[in-house]
Amino acid sequence: MTTLTSMPSGILDASLQQNETKRFAGNDWFIQLRQLGWKNFEALPLPKRDDEKWRFSDTRSLSLADFTVAAAPSDADTAKLIGQSHFITRPAGLIIHIDGHCVLRPVIAPELAAQGVKFESLEDALRHHPALLKEFLLKHEANLGGAKFLALHQAWLRAGYVLHVPKGVEITQPFVSVNWTLTEGAAIFPHALVVAGDHAKVSIHEFNLSALPDQRALAISAADLHAGTGAHISRFAVQAWGKNAQSFEIANTCGGRDALITSVNAALGSRRARLENTVRIEGPGADVRLYGISVATGEQEFDQRTLQIHSAGKAKSDLLFKNVLLNKARTIFSGLIKVAPDAQQTDAYQTNRNLLLSPEAEADSLPGLEIEANDVKCSHGATTGQVNPEELFYLLARGIPLAVAQELLAEGFLEEVLSKVDNEEAAAVVREMFRQKFHTA
Amino acid sequence: MAEIEESQAQRDAIAVDRTKGDFKYEENYAFDAGIGLSAKVVDYISNVKGEDAWINEFRQKALKVFNDLPMPTHWATEDLKNIKFDEIRYYLSKGQKASRTWEEVPDDVKETFERLGIPEAERKFLAGVEAQFDSEAVYSRMKDEMSKLGVIFCGPTEGLRDHPEIFRKWFGKVIPTGDNKFAALNSAVFSGGSFIYIPKGVKVAQPLQAYFRINAENFGQFERTLIIADEGSEVTYMEGCTAPKFETATLHSAVVELVALKGAKIQYITVQNWSANVFNLVTKRGVAEEDAEVRWIDCNIGSRLTMKYPGVVLRGKRARGEVLSIALANDGQHQDTGAKMIHAADDTSSNIIAKSISVGAGRSTYRGLVHIPKTLRNCKNNTECDALLINEHSRTDTYPAISVRGQKNSVQHEASVSKVSAEQIFYMMQRGLTEGEAMSLAVNGFVNDLVKEFPMEYSVELKRLIELQMEGSVG
Repeated sequence: MTTLTSMPSGILDASLQQNETKRFAGNDWFIQLRQLGWKNFEALPLPKRDDEKWRFSDTRSLSLADFTVAAAPSDADTAKLIGQSHFITRPAGLIIHIDGHCVLRPVIAPELAAQGVKFESLEDALRHHPALLKEFLLKHEANLGGAKFLALHQAWLRAGYVLHVPKGVEITQPFVSVNWTLTEGAAIFPHALVVAGDHAKVSIHEFNLSALPDQRALAISAADLHAGTGAHISRFAVQAWGKNAQSFEIANTCGGRDALITSVNAALGSRRARLENTVRIEGPGADVRLYGISVATGEQEFDQRTLQIHSAGKAKSDLLFKNVLLNKARTIFSGLIKVAPDAQQTDAYQTNRNLLLSPEAEADSLPGLEIEANDVKCSHGATTGQVNPEELFYLLARGIPLAVAQELLAEGFLEEVLSKVDNEEAAAVVREMFRQKFHTA
Repeated sequence: MAEIEESQAQRDAIAVDRTKGDFKYEENYAFDAGIGLSAKVVDYISNVKGEDAWINEFRQKALKVFNDLPMPTHWATEDLKNIKFDEIRYYLSKGQKASRTWEEVPDDVKETFERLGIPEAERKFLAGVEAQFDSEAVYSRMKDEMSKLGVIFCGPTEGLRDHPEIFRKWFGKVIPTGDNKFAALNSAVFSGGSFIYIPKGVKVAQPLQAYFRINAENFGQFERTLIIADEGSEVTYMEGCTAPKFETATLHSAVVELVALKGAKIQYITVQNWSANVFNLVTKRGVAEEDAEVRWIDCNIGSRLTMKYPGVVLRGKRARGEVLSIALANDGQHQDTGAKMIHAADDTSSNIIAKSISVGAGRSTYRGLVHIPKTLRNCKNNTECDALLINEHSRTDTYPAISVRGQKNSVQHEASVSKVSAEQIFYMMQRGLTEGEAMSLAVNGFVNDLVKEFPMEYSVELKRLIELQMEGSVG
């Protein structure tokens, strides 16, 4: 950080990082993981304007200065925020973090525990199941440009959850993880680790929010999802941090033979939010579906980078990212489908649709293909435009005001993705969040 | 190719036969700047051409820009690093002045043209032929009626010397020197190419045509073309390339600038068939003013690496831009082509249709840029790219970049990748075609709707070219 005149403080302070790392004495491999993260973070440069992986992103305003690891929240704040964290009734398990501190440890039904299901905070899991973490935690590099951010995440890794569903166990009710930021200038580094054994079925919902809407915060999250043979993982991640937050999420998903993975990312909050989602299709018959929706308002920048890697043949992946833009907002969708030379009979699709509701909004699309096998069906499409004037006319002719008509049409536009969420309660919560956002835009 | 076993014969069936242009004559150059690039070489070129001081200054400045700019390998292929700039001849000329009459053209050059079919083309219908033998135009003549209409068709040296009032205004303005490293290189050492001016309201019925050839080992061609179509005029320009084969790589780096003033139409057609050792790094861009239309029709069959993204800056209301592109990449080839559409006025529209075929270990890449800024209304873009993969190790990439703001603007982009279906091949073979013939027919079918978009005489020529290439190797 050459731009800093004073000594680095907060999350950029090496001695603070080292002190916190000492807490993990006894888990030497974890200490090394954190140290390596710090080393990589210091060695890597911040992205620059001409960095292809950051094309169209506002790299000038990228700064990690002046963020601190916050202290544990007060009992009053904790009680209040836990009260606001019940998004669905009777989840299979609920875990809550405030400023990166686990304030509600999950309790799961005894019959699930008896089947070997594990849903714990990362710190607990580190004590109880080090072998599981060693095998699956941070096994993949950030290859979409966020390496420096992932390194910092690794250096400060402590918060987050581990969800392990063993072979053959099927759970329909979703698990829920809620992350809050509370303190001004707080930095959090939550991690999500989901491991589904062969033929297991699991669903996880993540809600990321700020206690105060105007608060400055930095969230660098990472997710590792592993689906074994025939396993089903469904993930619904809602990014609703406060409007002055910066957020970065680096997700890595691996699907084995016949695995079915569905991932829905909804973006509402943050001044700038970047999502890097890589899926690796490693077994034939796998089916991976990536969906994204956002409503970007004000001067928000939503930066979505996806990579579908087909290293095994006879597998399928489908991607659909839809963005609604208002005011001076900007969205960037950059997707790439990579088909390895031996991944014959791949079926891969990628679609990005942007709805511009303001003349000052900007939608950038970079849909890409790299195909090295010949027996494939691959396509991508990207469109950017306004609401259909005929549909608008139809609504206006029935006396519906323009603003309401536009909102209705935009909601209809988002519904295609919201309908993919496996839990109607959660979908309704997010539908309402989008509605609120329209009203305050 | 699950059902059909891939064979050498099958690869051969769609291999491109380049022997048609594969001949070479003794090098006997009266003017040769030697090997390598320096300020001295640039001065030498200016001297030989008897250029004004401002052109020399322009060249020297460009040389500096070229040296300062890094190789664009942060997004482009690493193969660019294999260009050995110190081993290339940057200027070579048969004589100081472009020949005016057929009699003045040297015999061996005539023979080259005989084999390229130029005299025949001349007899038929071509309005003017500017044939480039290495860096200097050796033959240029126009039909009398063309000169009477006021059409200027000459090389850059003559253009800047004899008609500065027309050409200087736009020279280096559509593609500034600093646009990219290779545009800077061209600006430093350009020679040859065509400068064309079509006066107001003149509609040139017949296409203007030029042939380009490389004929010396390690010799790069840096032609510079500037076409200005004045208000309400129309012109079609054809550029075709054949090059002999050499053992070491040669470099070809052209700059083509088109200016379509109010209501004018320019259509620029290229068939690129350089030999498979040529680096073909070309910058092509047109400006379309109010109600004007610029259309690039681009067909890339040859070269080792082609990087070419014809662009249109839609500067006036209701301007239209179009790029139609066909690329064929065989073993050892990388066709990195695409299109750029920069919308800069209301009610402008653009269309990009790109089709690529990858054969053997060939690689084809589409790169596109569509830009609509926030001040604009009612702009439209449509982009379609289709890729056909023939063999197991064929490769294709698609990297479009689309940026949209403003009101009532709409863009749509679609791309697909597929292979020739086994059913199609089976159907044709069942009716007695060999596998090679069937494949070649399928490939022709894939590009057919685009070939139809080419002007009649060119689509016939192109189709025959593809057919010939396919036929020759069916065994």
